[in-house]
Amino acid sequence: MDAMTQTVLNCRELGVTGVNRALRELPVGSSVLIAEPRGAHNIGVGMMSHLDITVDGNAGYYCGGLCDGPNFIVNGSVGWGVGENLMTGSIRVNGNASESAGASAHGGLLVITGDASLRTGISLKGGTIAVAGRTGHMSAFMAQAGTILVGGDAGDSLGDSLYEAVIYVGGKVRSLGADAKYSDLTPEDVAKVKEIAAAAGFDHIDAQNVTKISSAKTLYNFDALKNQRY
Amino acid sequence: MNIEHQDASDHSAMEPERQSATFPVEVIHRIQTMSKTGRYEIRGWGAKRRVPNFDDLTFVTASASRYPLEGYREQCDTKTVLGTRFASKPLELDIPITIAGMSFGSLSAHAKDALGRAATIVGTSTTTGDGGMTREERAASKHLVYQCLPSRYGFNPRDVHDADAIEVVVGQGAKPGGGGMLLGQKVSERVAGMRTLPVGVDQRSASRHPDWTGPDDLTIKIAELREATNWEKPIYVKFGATRVANDVKLAIAAGADVVVVDGMQGGTGATQEVFIEHTGIPTLPAVRLAAEAIREVGKTGEVQLIVSGGIRTGADVAKALALGADAVSIGVASLIALGCNAAHYFQDGEERDATADYALIGTSPGHCNRCETGRCPVGVTTQDPILTERLDPDVAARWVVNYLKALTMELTTLARACGKSSVHNLEPEDLVALTIEASAMAKVPLAGTSWIPGQGF
Repeated sequence: MDAMTQTVLNCRELGVTGVNRALRELPVGSSVLIAEPRGAHNIGVGMMSHLDITVDGNAGYYCGGLCDGPNFIVNGSVGWGVGENLMTGSIRVNGNASESAGASAHGGLLVITGDASLRTGISLKGGTIAVAGRTGHMSAFMAQAGTILVGGDAGDSLGDSLYEAVIYVGGKVRSLGADAKYSDLTPEDVAKVKEIAAAAGFDHIDAQNVTKISSAKTLYNFDALKNQRY
Repeated sequence: MNIEHQDASDHSAMEPERQSATFPVEVIHRIQTMSKTGRYEIRGWGAKRRVPNFDDLTFVTASASRYPLEGYREQCDTKTVLGTRFASKPLELDIPITIAGMSFGSLSAHAKDALGRAATIVGTSTTTGDGGMTREERAASKHLVYQCLPSRYGFNPRDVHDADAIEVVVGQGAKPGGGGMLLGQKVSERVAGMRTLPVGVDQRSASRHPDWTGPDDLTIKIAELREATNWEKPIYVKFGATRVANDVKLAIAAGADVVVVDGMQGGTGATQEVFIEHTGIPTLPAVRLAAEAIREVGKTGEVQLIVSGGIRTGADVAKALALGADAVSIGVASLIALGCNAAHYFQDGEERDATADYALIGTSPGHCNRCETGRCPVGVTTQDPILTERLDPDVAARWVVNYLKALTMELTTLARACGKSSVHNLEPEDLVALTIEASAMAKVPLAGTSWIPGQGF
């Protein structure tokens, strides 16, 4: 098959299992349009090779979950856990994302051009998440590694129990979670924010004026006599 | 010391000492420790207190009214198939005894290797744990179950593809409702790397999955794992035994092929003592409740049941199967077979005394539950390079093979005596209870009566 030719898979006709089976059989580097997704769950999950996948509408839970390689563009909004456990590749959501976007992602790039809901980047393990708009409460909960850039405001308890992940927020932070702290922005941070904004195609981020949040590391080791708060 | 106090102690020295039932020595010690440290006790293993268990049941084997199989000659099938509901490649095991999920991190690499090799030799499965799959355990284990835990430490879709089954862990018997724990001394460079954590951090994992909450979400999560594995691999759902009937029905409704129920005797590498001893229900009632729940939703034979938590002997296995389990999982017992709690270890062909090393962590052989220290004197639950060398994987694998074979022989001995040509034909009818509690929990009659408490007179 010519890699330049776009394969069309109709989700209404094939069902999700049919679409996923067809995706697995395509040659590496294929370009695919998934038509009529109609909010179906589990579109494109578990793909282990490079494919360019466009989802032509809204997707349900776990769109692009458990993937290592493909690049997704979703022309619509997505349900819970978009790009969960992403290893490499990218997912661009041209819309809003529901809860737990990019949960436990180990790598890759997740871009949300609208708003994200609760727990964005929960348990993040190394990926990059860029949200153009706002994110809901408990975002970056227990995030271990990786970077989250939020263009708008962040909800309550941002970065609760954060490990080594770093969060940049363009708007206001409603409150920080346990063991998260505001940190000084270094030139390296500014460069990093510019790099993520460029990769995400965001032109509304003032990299010099974002707020940086990282771990205070007071909960790394358990010590009841230090009045640790959870 | 004042005069009155001296008088009191002189007086007590003359009288026989009387221990308080409310404040026995171990409770006094516990209060003293809490008053000094300001924290709870963390330890390994499962509940140590006595709870109603399989010892409280006995088999009413064949006699005039039932016909036994020839104990030493006739076949008694132990083959066990798990995941027949939706998976196109169910697990076909030679025995109904599997190795429970235990992480590399909690266990040493040698211990994982030995368990994997032993399981492969006897034709059963092993299970990964919190922290992902190591190449060594994949290579050692013919049948490897890959756990999907709340922490998702080291969870990798490539390992999902390499696994033979996936186990979504909702909870475990030692700490139902709690997350995992691995104290800093065991978070070595390799363990930290696998879990994306700073070296030496006290790892306290999440107790909730990051991308689903209730049973409706779990349905979609299971569907995701099925889609990602092309509907080939069995999907298990494991939880600690609490509200067993509801949990089993919800897991089945969510699409599980296999339900794993871990009773309160189930072990752990490190958890709060208060959690280990005061949560969950014993394995004995859990197996019966789970089997009934499967029957009530009409899925007996379609959804398999694995039970775990304090399984030690072939009699325990036989009783669990008779009450409705399709298989059991062993954790602590398999570690004991590896050498856990032994007074000696073998290194360079020599038997060496480990008693002094047990004393260093405040315990002695036969009483140790100090897995959380990472200072396991016999190399089972440690990441220390010197201690790890005390466990020879070749020797230890042989011990585990011996143990699994002995368990299976005990199991088939009882099954044949009950007249069963397959261990899966054991049934509640074959059992009676020795205590009223066990009778009520296992729902088999009290021995010598036709009475089951709670089921009329």
